Amino acid sequence: MTGRVEGKVAFITGAARGQGRSHALRLAQEGADIIAVDICESIPGMEKYYAGATEEDLAETVRQVEALDRRIVARKADVRDYPALKAALDEGVAELGHVDIVSANAGIFAFGEQSQLVEDAEWEMVNDINAKGVWHTAKAVIPHLIEQGTGGSIILTSSTAGLKGTPNVVAYTASKHAVVGIMRTLALELAPHRIRVNTVHPTSVNTDMIQNEATYRLFMPDNPHPTKEEAAPIFVGINALPIPWVEPVDISNAVLFLASDEARYVTGTELKVDAGYTVK
Amino acid sequence: MGRVEGKVAFVTGAARGQGRSHALRLAQEGADIIAVDLADHIPNIDYPSSTEEDLAETVRQVEALDRRIIATKTDIRDRDAMKAAIDDGVAQLGKLDIVVANAGICVIADWENTSVDVWNQTIGTNLTGAWNTLQLTTPHLIANGGGSIILTSSAAGIKGLPFLSAYVVSKHGVVGLMRSYATELAEYNIRVNTIHPTGVNTPMGTLGGGAFGPLLEAHPKLGGMLANLLPIEITEPVDQSNAVLFLASDEGRYVTSLELTVDAGNTQF
Repeated sequence: MTGRVEGKVAFITGAARGQGRSHALRLAQEGADIIAVDICESIPGMEKYYAGATEEDLAETVRQVEALDRRIVARKADVRDYPALKAALDEGVAELGHVDIVSANAGIFAFGEQSQLVEDAEWEMVNDINAKGVWHTAKAVIPHLIEQGTGGSIILTSSTAGLKGTPNVVAYTASKHAVVGIMRTLALELAPHRIRVNTVHPTSVNTDMIQNEATYRLFMPDNPHPTKEEAAPIFVGINALPIPWVEPVDISNAVLFLASDEARYVTGTELKVDAGYTVK
Repeated sequence: MGRVEGKVAFVTGAARGQGRSHALRLAQEGADIIAVDLADHIPNIDYPSSTEEDLAETVRQVEALDRRIIATKTDIRDRDAMKAAIDDGVAQLGKLDIVVANAGICVIADWENTSVDVWNQTIGTNLTGAWNTLQLTTPHLIANGGGSIILTSSAAGIKGLPFLSAYVVSKHGVVGLMRSYATELAEYNIRVNTIHPTGVNTPMGTLGGGAFGPLLEAHPKLGGMLANLLPIEITEPVDQSNAVLFLASDEGRYVTSLELTVDAGNTQF
C-alpha cells in the first residue's frame, strides 16, 4: 500500500525530540524522506524552564527514521542562524533530490511573568526562535519550492496561544500570533505556485516543553514541587474535551493531512488540534 | 486496516455529489453507512434535483466496497421521518460513530430578488435541516460513548459572497450550530467541526452557477470574491471527503470546534 506522502521529502525544524521527532516519524511511516534540523543545545535563559534537546536526541530521531527504511539528513542548526539553517537545508536537498513539505516546528515556551515584568532578553529570545525562526525556515525553502515547480505544503506550528490571549505568557503569545500573520502572507504570495501554507494550533502536548515543574507551577504557583499527577486535573480544566493533554502523534496526524495530497486545496487554514481549548 | 474501520456513519444528501463521495470515501476506509436524501423535486433551484436512482447508485457503489448501507428517501426538514431513518439505521447497523450533515441547496439571487419562498426553503434545509440532523443523532453518539459530527458549511459560512444572501446566512448559521454543539457535547467525547468548501464539481456546483453571469456583469467589482487563490477553477468532491475523513477518524480525536477550509484559499481574499 502506497504511503500518504510516498516519495516526498519533508524539512522539519526542532526534529530532535517531541513534536518534531513525531512529525518526522509519522511522515516517514507514510513514505517521506526527512531533512531534520535542531539546535541540540540548552538555550541560555531557558534552563529555568526545561532543558534543551541534545545531539543524542537528534541521533535517536535519525535511528528511528532509518528503522522505517527512509532516508534522513540531520544537521545541528539554530533557526535563528539563517546561513546555518539554509546550509543544512541545501545539503539535505542536494542529497535527497528535492523538498516538498516543510514543518516549521522549532519553538520554545517561556512564561510566568506578567507582561510588565518580562525582560527584553526573554522577549527577544522567544520571538527570535518562534517567529523569526519560522520566517527563516520559509525564506530558506521557498526558492527550492518555486524552482521545483511542483507545488508544496508548508505547515507552521502556532498554538492555541496564536488564537487567544494567554495571561503571563506575553512573549510566546505574541510570537505564536506572529506565526499566523506569516502564514496568511505566505498563503497569498505562494498560491500562484501551488504552494499551500497552513498553521496547526496545538493545546498542551505531552512533551518535555510542558511536562516540567516550571510549567506545572504556572497553574500551582504556591506549590514548590508540583507533580504531573497534581497538574493533570488542572490541564483537563483548560480543555473542553475531558483530557489533560494531547500526544505528539495527534499533531503529527494533522501535519500529515496538510502535507499530503488529500489536502491539495487546503491553504490559509488554521487547523486547531486543541481539544476545544479555544472554545472555552 | 481502514482509517474508520468498524465505524458507522450517517450521511445526509447522500444520493450524489459530495454526500455520495463522503459515503464512498468513508466506506473505502471501513465504515458502514446510513444514508438519507430527499431524492425528489426541489422547487426554485437552477440545477437538477437528485433522484431515487441516484440514491440507489450510492447504495450500489457502497455495497461494491463490501460495506453495508441503509438508505432511505427522507427529507431532513421532516423530523418524524428523520428520526425514523436514523433510529432504524442505527438499529440495523448497531451503533453510530460519525455524522455528516451535508444536505443543502443553493439559490443565486440578488438581495431584491430573493423571494420569501427561497429564504424559507434555504434556511429550512441548510440550517434547520442540519439542526434536525444533530439533535436527532446526538443521543446515539452519547450512547456510543463518543463520536464525530461534521457539518458542511461553505466559504460563504466565513465571509459574505454576493447574490447568495439566504445561502450565506444559512451557512454562517451552521457555524453557530457547530460551536454550540461542540461546547455542549465535549463532555461526552463528541467532537463537532465544520468544513468550508469553495466550488465543488457537482451538479449544484457546476450547473447552478449560470445566474451569476448577468449579476457579475452588472456588479463587476464583486467577481473577485468568488475567485480561488490557488490556480484552480473548482475542487473535486473527494477533496471535501478527505477532510471529512480526517475529522471522522481517530486521527482527529482531539480536533473539535474547528472550521476546516477546503477552499483553495477563497476566504483569504
